[in-house]
Amino acid sequence: MTQNIVKPEKKKRKLYLIPTYFLVICYVIFLGFPFLWMFATSFKTPYELLQLNQSLFPEGFYLQNYVDILEKRGLINSAKNSLVIAVCTTVLTTILAVPAGYAIARLRKIFSGAATGWILISQVFPVSLIIIPLFMAVRRVGLLDSIWGLVLVYLVAALPFALWMLKGYVSAIPIDLEEAGAMDGLSSFQILRYIVFPLLVPGIVATALFTFLNSWNEFFFALVLIQSPESETLPLTLARFMGSEGQVLLGPLAAGAFLATIPSLLVFGIMQKKLASGLLSGAVKG
Amino acid sequence: MSTVVNKRRRRANAGKMYNRGAWKYAVPVFIPLVLLSVVPLVQAIWTAFTDQVAGFNVEIKFIGLENFRRLLTDTMFWASFRIGIIWAVSVTLLALVLGFGLALLLNQKLRFLGLMRVLSLVPWAMPPVIVAIMWSLLLRPTSGPVDQIFSTLRIPGAGTDWLGNFNTAFPTVILIGAWVAMPIITVSILAAIQGIPSEMIEASIIDGANAWQRFRYITVPAVRAITTALVALNIIWQFGSFGLVFVLTAGGPGGKTFVPALFAYNEAFKYGNFGYAASMGVVMALAILLMLGVYLKASKREDVQR
Repeated sequence: MTQNIVKPEKKKRKLYLIPTYFLVICYVIFLGFPFLWMFATSFKTPYELLQLNQSLFPEGFYLQNYVDILEKRGLINSAKNSLVIAVCTTVLTTILAVPAGYAIARLRKIFSGAATGWILISQVFPVSLIIIPLFMAVRRVGLLDSIWGLVLVYLVAALPFALWMLKGYVSAIPIDLEEAGAMDGLSSFQILRYIVFPLLVPGIVATALFTFLNSWNEFFFALVLIQSPESETLPLTLARFMGSEGQVLLGPLAAGAFLATIPSLLVFGIMQKKLASGLLSGAVKG
Repeated sequence: MSTVVNKRRRRANAGKMYNRGAWKYAVPVFIPLVLLSVVPLVQAIWTAFTDQVAGFNVEIKFIGLENFRRLLTDTMFWASFRIGIIWAVSVTLLALVLGFGLALLLNQKLRFLGLMRVLSLVPWAMPPVIVAIMWSLLLRPTSGPVDQIFSTLRIPGAGTDWLGNFNTAFPTVILIGAWVAMPIITVSILAAIQGIPSEMIEASIIDGANAWQRFRYITVPAVRAITTALVALNIIWQFGSFGLVFVLTAGGPGGKTFVPALFAYNEAFKYGNFGYAASMGVVMALAILLMLGVYLKASKREDVQR
């Protein structure tokens, strides 16, 4: 009897797994194939790359592409620039945005409304047009063609969204906790330091991650503001491999693209737990 | 009774106290923001009312609404504007459907879950310029791997120049746009799904709810708020972005993928008409605010009806 009941259910479960795994395979191909192809290409010899009917997998591990891009093309220098820029931007954004996000969340309606309204406007105006006045402003402070000018620009570009995310995370913290602190005689800084900050850590991590990735990947501002090769960022250097005449240095480009993806993947790996707790969850509660 | 009043008063006082204190935390952020965000933004908007063109020592005249009057009859811009709206909405919806589906799969107990999790983030980990270059190489006719796979498996469509063909260019770019936009959506929706208390699901199973009912009455309401935020954000981001289109098709073929952000960029940096380009920016910002207003109001109304 029991067998009779269990069996069809099991069968049904199995049947339902077929379309599920079919979907899984589709997603894996759609998401993974481009990356896999890039990775495989980075190990192919120039001769292999000239062949018309290439197999996906390289014939061997040809490392010259990596040597080529690291040594000859200044990729190490631009990777260093990108890393310095991304880390500085992230640290500065966090230091500035955490207290300010707190202030926006806890200030009277009229101020927080004005701040939110401005954040929204700064997001909807096309970046391509802000670049003209921004270019002038960066030139005025003498930071054109410098990585510090880029840090400044990325900081300003990152702040609105960081503020918005953090405002949401702060709003999710019950105000009663702070009131209790105030009644126990804590100063407003102590409330921020000992009550709000510990609860805000996941939100801060998510915001920092977001800021880091955006500045690591950014291309357009760098293209406009950086001219000399010494100050180039990683995306700029890699984009040059596309070649102005349409000829592509495919092997080194693939190697560079793979290397450029590693730091972000590492960041994801470290923060996977935090990522799962909701990157934008703070933004919803705002 | 009096304790309640007291408590309330005390609460109000305490609230005021650190409301006043909160002010100073916004000060450090204020200076860089005003100098490098508010000022350029106001300048850009102001430019829309002038005849500014590229070059040094050019006299700038205030011309009122002249740019906007000219823009009103600029059929090229409005064609591009239409493409921009289709672009933003299609990329957002496609990425939402694909991301939601992936989040549901990632929430199941399946094999290869770890691999899927990493893969779901790969598009986000790659610098967008690289993504664009990579896809244009993947999709090259005859020598590109996609075309080789299509012709090997005899899938119809082999030999198509996906990014150069009049009919396929725009859908292809939209698909790539969705590929890029998926990770944030997937991660956020997955987090919302995993935030559903397991007791709730167990209770619904005991009550005899089937998979579809559980999806409809538990999962969908749980992800509603984040979905609204994701749609709004993505529409903002996509409407103002042109990096992908810039590298993949440069607006072609025949203007089929000529999004308005690229249109305004060309107007400013190719032809040097800063004032006219800025007026396009203002119109785009207003349009997106209007769209967002309508969308957020509609989703709020839906919430109330529930």
